[in-house]
Amino acid sequence: MADPLLSVRDLVVEFPTRRGILKAIDQISFDIAPGEVLGVVGESGAGKSLTGAAIIGLLEPPGRIAGGEIWLRGQRIDNLPREAMRRMRGKRIGMVFQDPLTSLNPLYTVSRQLSETIVTHLDVSQAEARKRAIALLDRVGIPAAARRIDDYPHHFSGGMRQRVVIALALAAEPELVIADEPTTALDVSVQAQIIELIKEICAERGSSVMLITHDMGVIAETADRVAVLYAGRLAEIGPVREVITRAQHPYTKGLMGSIPTLAHDEDRLVQIPGSMPRLNAIPPGCAFNPRCPEVFDRCVRERPELLDTSPGRQVACWLYDEQGAGS
Amino acid sequence: MIAYILRRVFQSIIVMLVVGLVSFSLFRYVGDPVATMMGQEASIADRAELRERLGLNDPFFVQFFNYASRALQGDFGISYRLQQPVMGLIMSRLPATLELAFVSGLFAFVAGVTFGVYTALNRQGWISNFIMTVSLIGVSLPTFLIGVLLIWLFAVELQMLPSFGRGQTVRLGYWTTGFLTESGRASLVLPAITLGLYQMTLIMRLVRAEMLEVLRTDYVKFARARGLSNRAIHFGHALRNTLVPVVTITGLQLGSIIAFAIITETVFQWPGVGALFINSVQFVDVPVMAAYLMLIALIFVIINLVVDLLYYAIDPRLRVERAHAQH
Amino acid sequence: MNRFARFADSDIAWSFRHSPVAIVSATVALIIILSAVFAPLIAPHDPFNPATLNLMDGFTPPMEPNAISGNVYWLGTDNQGRDIFSAILYGARISLFVGFSAVLFAMVLGILLGLTAGWRGGMVDAVLMRIADIQLSFPSILIALLIFGIARGIIPPSMREDVAIWVLIISIGLSDWVQFARVVRGATLVEKNKEYVQAARIIGVHPVRVVLGHILPNVMGPVLVIATISLALAIIAEATLSFLGVGVPPTQPSLGTLIRIGQGFLFSGEWWILLFPSIALLALALSVNLLGDWLRDALNPKLR
Repeated sequence: MADPLLSVRDLVVEFPTRRGILKAIDQISFDIAPGEVLGVVGESGAGKSLTGAAIIGLLEPPGRIAGGEIWLRGQRIDNLPREAMRRMRGKRIGMVFQDPLTSLNPLYTVSRQLSETIVTHLDVSQAEARKRAIALLDRVGIPAAARRIDDYPHHFSGGMRQRVVIALALAAEPELVIADEPTTALDVSVQAQIIELIKEICAERGSSVMLITHDMGVIAETADRVAVLYAGRLAEIGPVREVITRAQHPYTKGLMGSIPTLAHDEDRLVQIPGSMPRLNAIPPGCAFNPRCPEVFDRCVRERPELLDTSPGRQVACWLYDEQGAGS
Repeated sequence: MIAYILRRVFQSIIVMLVVGLVSFSLFRYVGDPVATMMGQEASIADRAELRERLGLNDPFFVQFFNYASRALQGDFGISYRLQQPVMGLIMSRLPATLELAFVSGLFAFVAGVTFGVYTALNRQGWISNFIMTVSLIGVSLPTFLIGVLLIWLFAVELQMLPSFGRGQTVRLGYWTTGFLTESGRASLVLPAITLGLYQMTLIMRLVRAEMLEVLRTDYVKFARARGLSNRAIHFGHALRNTLVPVVTITGLQLGSIIAFAIITETVFQWPGVGALFINSVQFVDVPVMAAYLMLIALIFVIINLVVDLLYYAIDPRLRVERAHAQH
Repeated sequence: MNRFARFADSDIAWSFRHSPVAIVSATVALIIILSAVFAPLIAPHDPFNPATLNLMDGFTPPMEPNAISGNVYWLGTDNQGRDIFSAILYGARISLFVGFSAVLFAMVLGILLGLTAGWRGGMVDAVLMRIADIQLSFPSILIALLIFGIARGIIPPSMREDVAIWVLIISIGLSDWVQFARVVRGATLVEKNKEYVQAARIIGVHPVRVVLGHILPNVMGPVLVIATISLALAIIAEATLSFLGVGVPPTQPSLGTLIRIGQGFLFSGEWWILLFPSIALLALALSVNLLGDWLRDALNPKLR
């Protein structure tokens, strides 16, 4: 990719515990282009949220980045001093969390929380900040923004609250927005609106989005490309249409098969036997090999590298290695 | 809101009635007032006459009613031991206790919040560990021992502060105060620290625990993700949310300070209502015991009421006046 | 694996072995408890027997021979010639006896009331919890004093000394049952609605068996933490009441009484009468408190 906005290279995130060191993310690499929406998909525990947290520098101790590099527009950001990292948050990278109820401080008005964020990053007066805040609220779809800005979070419904959260995340106009399960806690009827909102606003401002979710349906509707994570490793990455309709990694194929669809009659949902291994019990070689229907010798011995299968597509599976699949 | 206040006041009245009942039962049935007042040699006829005169042969509720109505007018009978009106005894000694309680409460709150915030924000570091250790000792040291050791150190060895009494006091109308004289202020120091130390450690541990809890919440995480400065997060968001439960609990502690004053007043021979109560327990001076009980109950009830109202003012979630339609 | 091996390998044992604080405080507490229990064997003198006391030996400083009799006392003597070291041992004995008994009483009472409130629910529960709430809002020392005062009023003076210790135990215990009741009630409410309990009821298992067999074991963890902390509080409460003169009778001084006596002689310079009992009390209360703190952290799933 030419001139990516975000570039993650061989990222490793570890958790030292009493019983040894757990690798929660084991050498993940991907890029995000300016203005694109990258979906990051996987089961619970696959490492999606941790990736987002690592990028914005909010890993909770004892978790720490133990290897690899993260670059934002040609500047390395994973090893920045704390103050520099803090200035970057909100201003260059914004984040939206899952639960809008707990994301907002219940004791402060929306106005206070918005103005505070704006003033921290942009050099404007309180009055100007308030004007911008109202405009923001309006943009995210809060009716009568000028009146409601002085309300407290508990005066808003779930969907409205998430809109406020989006406004807050975008207040300082970041180039990259990381959305960590932004719709999981919302009613189904509201989910589509919120996803649409995120996509619209980011397209307007030319921001990229890293959309973390376990819901393939959301990805299909919204993302340009998708990355599939498994047990802290990248299984497959590529344009959304292609990955969904012509999945290459056996895990992805299993994922797609397990989504119920009205398109044709199915008696049973396809299941992938077994379950994702725990972090302290990852098998040698390919992490998916105990469950893979197409497993062979090499899968158990060597961990697969990320191989290019077509322009813009990469898969971590020995099936696609021209030099000796099956040896 | 008015309904809320009325309800609370009504509850308080019920509590006072119950305490009054207990108090009265104490007064009437523990020990024999006739025997105490007349001694062993009185004739049976004299005793019978006294019983009739005191109304001791009337039905229970009549006696209770009389007791209650007299109590409302401030008449709690005559102290067995000192042969003086109980009310007068209590009122003359109340200023001493109240001043002591006030100063130690202030000390406990200010020191407690300061140390609590410090140890929450600087979890490692030897100063924090030192403070936590001292706090643990503070909780394990009985109040009287603190007082005695303080006397030993400051009054006997260093001879810096007085070891008993209130020093010189100034009469302001009905109140006597020790604030206006140097000896009065000096006499307040050791007793106030003694009385306040336990409360201070409680407050400190509470503030620390609350703050650590708050620092783990989603809204603090979100605030960090927006790049707010440490100062804004710690002293804006975290402290504000921490203080809400702390203020209420501290307020409730105020009542127990007044009760704990019993011990401190004994150690320092402080002429307050606590010392009065202890003497009354030793001599089974029931009228004083009963009156003290009512007094404490009244103070507790008032404090509870005030704290509830305060809570209402601080936490916007409890206010439902804004009749916004939720959407 | 046998039970001991399983326990030794558990998280708790690991946590204990790796916490110097827990080890030290457990050791200190154990030493004090053992010394107190075996006081009659260890103590050089019997401080409670007036016949063995020699007034002339009074006010002897520690480790110095008495001017008149030449006797040496490790920690000195008080105003009545009591050997401080022996007095501390016997005093700790009383403190511990009262403390343990009071906590046991509070625990049994609290567990019973908590189980009843949780299991029965309804009116019984509401009334019990109301009483608990009201009692909680008053400091326990006040309640203990009140009960003591009432007892004193009821019991004729001749009997007061003999029953003083029991009155003390009951008053401290009665002021402390609420925490136990609350925790047990909460756990009972949770377990009551679980399927295995409902299944047992349908089969016809007697409710008492269900309660004792299933609910109680689940609750013992938090109950143990509360018990340890209550023990420290009970020891402090007894010392306080004795210091105030409304605790143990003066002929059987506990640590609190000794400290009171010591305070009286501060200004005249016999510092040892105050210092050594104070250290003993502090060591006892502190070690029990530290153990309770460690236990609470070790059993707290959130901190693991």
